[in-house]
Amino acid sequence: MLKIATLMLALCCLPPAATAAEGVPEQPAAVHWQSWQAGNSVTDLASLQRGARNFMNYCNGCHALKYVRYQRMADDLKISSTVLEADLVAPGSNNLDYITTALPAADAVNWFGKVPPDLSLIARSKGTDYIFRFLKTFYVDPSSATGSNNLAYPSAAMPAVLSDLGGVNEAVFRQVGDEKVFDHFVARVPGSMTGPQYDDFVRDTVNFLDYAGEPTQVERRSMGIWVVLFLLFVTWLSWQLKKEYWKGVH
Amino acid sequence: MSNEAIPKPGLWGWINRRLPVDAFVRSQLLDYYAPKNFNFWYFFGSLALLLLVMQLLTGIFLTMFYKVGEATAFDSVEYIMREVDYGWLLRYLHSTGASAFFLVIYLHMFRGMMYGSYKAPRELLWLFGMIIYLALMAEAFLGYVLPWGNMSFWAATVIINLFGAIPVIGPGLVEWIRGDYGIADATLNRFFSLHVVAVPLILLLLVALHLVALREVGSNNPDGIEIKAKKNAQGLPLDGIPFHPYYTVKDIFGVGVFLTLFAIVVFFVPTFSDLFLEKANFEPANPLSTPDPISPAWYFTPYYAILRSVPDKGIGAVLMLIAVSAFFFLPWLDRSPVKSIRYRGWIFRTFFALFTLSFLGLMYLGLQPAQGIYVTLSRVCCVPYFAFFVLMPFYTRIDPVKPVPERVTFHA
Repeated sequence: MLKIATLMLALCCLPPAATAAEGVPEQPAAVHWQSWQAGNSVTDLASLQRGARNFMNYCNGCHALKYVRYQRMADDLKISSTVLEADLVAPGSNNLDYITTALPAADAVNWFGKVPPDLSLIARSKGTDYIFRFLKTFYVDPSSATGSNNLAYPSAAMPAVLSDLGGVNEAVFRQVGDEKVFDHFVARVPGSMTGPQYDDFVRDTVNFLDYAGEPTQVERRSMGIWVVLFLLFVTWLSWQLKKEYWKGVH
Repeated sequence: MSNEAIPKPGLWGWINRRLPVDAFVRSQLLDYYAPKNFNFWYFFGSLALLLLVMQLLTGIFLTMFYKVGEATAFDSVEYIMREVDYGWLLRYLHSTGASAFFLVIYLHMFRGMMYGSYKAPRELLWLFGMIIYLALMAEAFLGYVLPWGNMSFWAATVIINLFGAIPVIGPGLVEWIRGDYGIADATLNRFFSLHVVAVPLILLLLVALHLVALREVGSNNPDGIEIKAKKNAQGLPLDGIPFHPYYTVKDIFGVGVFLTLFAIVVFFVPTFSDLFLEKANFEPANPLSTPDPISPAWYFTPYYAILRSVPDKGIGAVLMLIAVSAFFFLPWLDRSPVKSIRYRGWIFRTFFALFTLSFLGLMYLGLQPAQGIYVTLSRVCCVPYFAFFVLMPFYTRIDPVKPVPERVTFHA
């Protein structure tokens, strides 16, 4: 709630178009956000650890990971039990619990009109690129209840909770026929992070959600290499055997 | 050769005097002569058998952890994926196995059509195979519903509603199948029962019949020549070789190649870019939110494209039914004096090539949204698809066939 209030405050107090996102204010290049890619890697442990921190600090207030246990996450991500218990496990939960949220469902419905979705499988159902684009395309929209809107998920019930990091953006649309087409962003309030820093922040978070969607995927790929090598060897052996047996067939 | 001819000592002999194990192995593998000219296309029968066993085994273990029920099914699948030791492997083997099964069966059927394996005396063999194919479609559809994802739910809704197109009894029948006014808990429970008990039993029985019929008439071969027609002094086919060891070692090699490719999918691309496991199915079933677009698994899409190409649901469903069942009539539609495509004329080859292209085209189109050019192209593809079957009695009679050689073509 604090973040929504901050956003509202920012919207009311600041002069429009304080700085331009793309540099030159007169001719900003059109932003092709649809082609943005997360470019995350689930083998990057440091990134996953940062992503876990980001999730607990910024997402877990409303979103759960109901299929992920704290201890499993710590084991997979090589997070020490000291850090896990001090910084990551929610008060009232223990290490073996699933990652739930403290937000009561009834309150969520009152405030946002719906219960924020569980994010355990979001990377599998929507894809990592989608989450990356979603977290980077919030813009000011006074007509919406939250004061913000989103390009990747129009009319999203979720407010722009990361705006104190990524800044508050205004979207500039151009008229194409009867339709309003998004052209570029104009930064209204700069965030505490630079553009590339915020991109990394989002990428780490997406990476963590990618991990949460399929915690076994790293193990799966590394095991797969040995399985395939073994099968190639067995296949080669069976080919030699077949050749030997069929020598006499004319 | 009966067992009495070779009296065996010890426990093995004791068993064999009571159960004809040796005699069975001898008659089925050592004394069973198969044509020596099998090519690439003859790997898929044994691979289908391998997949049947693999699906049964992985299915047994998945059933130990899967919890049927509207409220538990989706969660239990995620439990398998995350908390059961190697549960993810079981699940991916099973889901990839389903798609691989259809790929193998389609190639197996294509082989039969290329070399005229459905023609006399193998009509029953072909019919059993076709019933297996239908049972497999039922099995796959039922299994697809079990994870209770959103695509499971909506695919079940669409497919079950097709029965509503049947005049008079349709609406009542749909309700009877679902056991509720919509796809619900009752539906999931009965689908589970059918998927893990009823249909597998039917499949096993049919596969047994398919194999018994095969042993009776013997395998066809790429030349479409009956090897039993030319025998040596001992009464053994001149162009035949004992199934064991020749084809057992060859099939083991085929299994090796297949499993290597299979493992690459299971371990590196288990969703196969949305074809084997769809994104929409990682969201739990939600009667209030329709995935866009609703598409069935890839192996059903040729028929789905045919269904959607007709504006009227009833006619579309009938056309789809004909498209599936037309294969049953091949042994009697085909009037050609030769079996194999090697000795058929240009007319059959043209019809067959167009049929193959239209089947693949419909498969692609069934995965696309039902609008504009995709529907038009589906209609275009329907023409060669149905013409292949409907006109077969005519074009196979006038097809300029080539002379069939006395003996099979074989290059060592």
